[in-house]
Amino acid sequence: MDNIAGTKPALTWVVHISVVLLVVLWLIPTVGLLVSSFRDRDQISATGWWLSPFPVEQNYQVKAPAGDVTVDGDRNVIEGNVFGDGEGTVSRFGGKRAAPTEFKAGDTAQLRKDRTLSVQRDGSYVYTSPAAIKRDPSIYFAAESPPDFSLDNYRTIMASDNMDRAFINTLTVTIPATIIPILIAAFAAYALAWMDFRGRGFLIALVVGLLVVPLQLALVPLLTLHNKVGIGQSFLGIWMAHTGFGLPLAIYLLRNYMVGLPRDIIEGAKVDGATDFQVFTKIVLPLSFPALASFAIFQFLWTWNDLLVAKVFLPSNSESWVMTVKIADDLLGSKGGDWGILAAAAFISIAVPLIVFFTMQRYLVRGLLAGSVK
Amino acid sequence: MSPLLQGVLTIIIGVGGCVGYFFASNLILDKIIFPPQTVNPGKNINRANMVRPWLFLLPALSALSLYLLYPVVGSFYRSLFNRSGEEFIGFGNYRTMFADDGFQTALLNNFLWVLFVPAAATFLGLLVAQLTDRLAWGNIAKSIIFMPMAISFVGASLIWKFVYANNPDIGLINAIRDSFGAAPLDPLQLPFWNNFFLMFILVWIQTGFAMVILSAALRGIPEETVEAAIIDGANPFQVFFRIKVPQIMGTIVVVWTTITILVLKVFDIVYTMTGGNFGTEILPSYMMAYMFRDDGRATAVAFVIMIIVLPVMIWNIRQARAEMR
Repeated sequence: MDNIAGTKPALTWVVHISVVLLVVLWLIPTVGLLVSSFRDRDQISATGWWLSPFPVEQNYQVKAPAGDVTVDGDRNVIEGNVFGDGEGTVSRFGGKRAAPTEFKAGDTAQLRKDRTLSVQRDGSYVYTSPAAIKRDPSIYFAAESPPDFSLDNYRTIMASDNMDRAFINTLTVTIPATIIPILIAAFAAYALAWMDFRGRGFLIALVVGLLVVPLQLALVPLLTLHNKVGIGQSFLGIWMAHTGFGLPLAIYLLRNYMVGLPRDIIEGAKVDGATDFQVFTKIVLPLSFPALASFAIFQFLWTWNDLLVAKVFLPSNSESWVMTVKIADDLLGSKGGDWGILAAAAFISIAVPLIVFFTMQRYLVRGLLAGSVK
Repeated sequence: MSPLLQGVLTIIIGVGGCVGYFFASNLILDKIIFPPQTVNPGKNINRANMVRPWLFLLPALSALSLYLLYPVVGSFYRSLFNRSGEEFIGFGNYRTMFADDGFQTALLNNFLWVLFVPAAATFLGLLVAQLTDRLAWGNIAKSIIFMPMAISFVGASLIWKFVYANNPDIGLINAIRDSFGAAPLDPLQLPFWNNFFLMFILVWIQTGFAMVILSAALRGIPEETVEAAIIDGANPFQVFFRIKVPQIMGTIVVVWTTITILVLKVFDIVYTMTGGNFGTEILPSYMMAYMFRDDGRATAVAFVIMIIVLPVMIWNIRQARAEMR
């Protein structure tokens, strides 16, 4: 319809620009997190992530070793390089804590007691004093360090903070909680779609009603029940809880899909003598693959990202923390100011869902379209 | 036993158990209880077919009743007892709760959330769906706006901490204020408005959902209606508001209610961002504050949420029944 009268070029441009703006607005926060997760911790606190491709100016302090003193005429001299063996560019320097960037690199600064200090851009310095130098004098300088991207944050969080454990726990919760409801729901959905019996309409209405029951309602009674029967707070408990909570959506999605399968195939098979069990396993189940996949993705994303159920049904010791609990209850408190570590942890926890999302977006969209009550 | 091994075992037992149950129960039904090779095969087959649906439904129905039906009753029952669960106090929990300042704030804030989040997410979703409809790179734009759907609420909260942070070298908002020379402020501590900063995180997540469904609905509009309007001289805005929107009104309502339900469940954002401080408490987070401490109060809050959801539930059921007829 692009060529229909009524489309104005100016309007097309407005559309392009507004979509670009919205996309940028939607993308910026995530990009910030991703960039920050790779940045050096000192650089994060020195400049915003949006300046990360540029060199960062930071203030440093080094001690000139008094042991290196040489005598030059009537003055004691220390020579060296503020960067030690490393490299960098000094922009300003100073000799006092109160004014650490008083002088420009290359100048010679007059300090107290007739001492002098000069620092070149490449970091080499000369410190002179008429009297003997007993203690290591301090040199303050501002240097530009090149952008420093590395995997250090990821290494730190994986190695020292039990994040690997939390990752495995999340995986442990997610996979059985995704697979088991599918099977149970598929049989029920087939019965509700293709079998005739009294009460079918009521059961479908029940499933639709249960779709919106708030999870909060289930927490206390079920935890009490789990404690009574001896499951307590455990992986078994959370698998069962996730299975129960995921079933209404699973049954609803699968039934909607199965009802749409061609009647001829199913009735033909029955005329040929296939039992319902055979029709289900040999015909309906394979044909329903797209719906099964959509539900699997939903349930996977939901269980992976869940915080509420994990907080209630898993033990509260750090050994069984999943990643969401680990981040919300532990890292935000203990590493509150360590933005690089926080960003890396968040990115580890959202990486898998993002991969699933981008590879299986097709099924997710299809599931969404079938899953909203029309 | 390591949890991972336990998980693998559970998958095997769970899947094997399910398949085994369905296979064995059907076999028993057909071969032993109602075998077709007797005097009256037709009658037996009919009988077996009357029982079979319930065999298929049994595991699902038992799980649903235990994990969703029973809690509705169980929570209400528990909410009538005191903290330790020993003394029956009638509606005592509800009375003390409604008198509590924290609960009133939570209820009011929740009201704001229910008004703002579905409206904003549906509006933005509709906007993006319409704007990207005829765009060559529309699918890429949609993918990006849809992406936050895959991110956990905890992850999203952390992402937005990098926008809201107090430090102008971390938080984007304060960096922008800083470049205009304004002093940094903490958006999450601004009374009243901090709620909207939290809400926007959920809008950011849910716009993609609204967009996907509304975009499909827009595609489903018969082209003739749009063409006719254009021939009659309607401008693009008239086509959108007078022709397209009325035709997808049903879908808009569905999206709106679905997001409304979600808003009443999400405690993660408030929990991670402010912990309910600075006047940002909402009902789900208020409930979690009492979970493990006072089950009577916690279940009472949960039941209030249930009552708020009830109209939507009834409406959904009526829609579903109407559709089946």
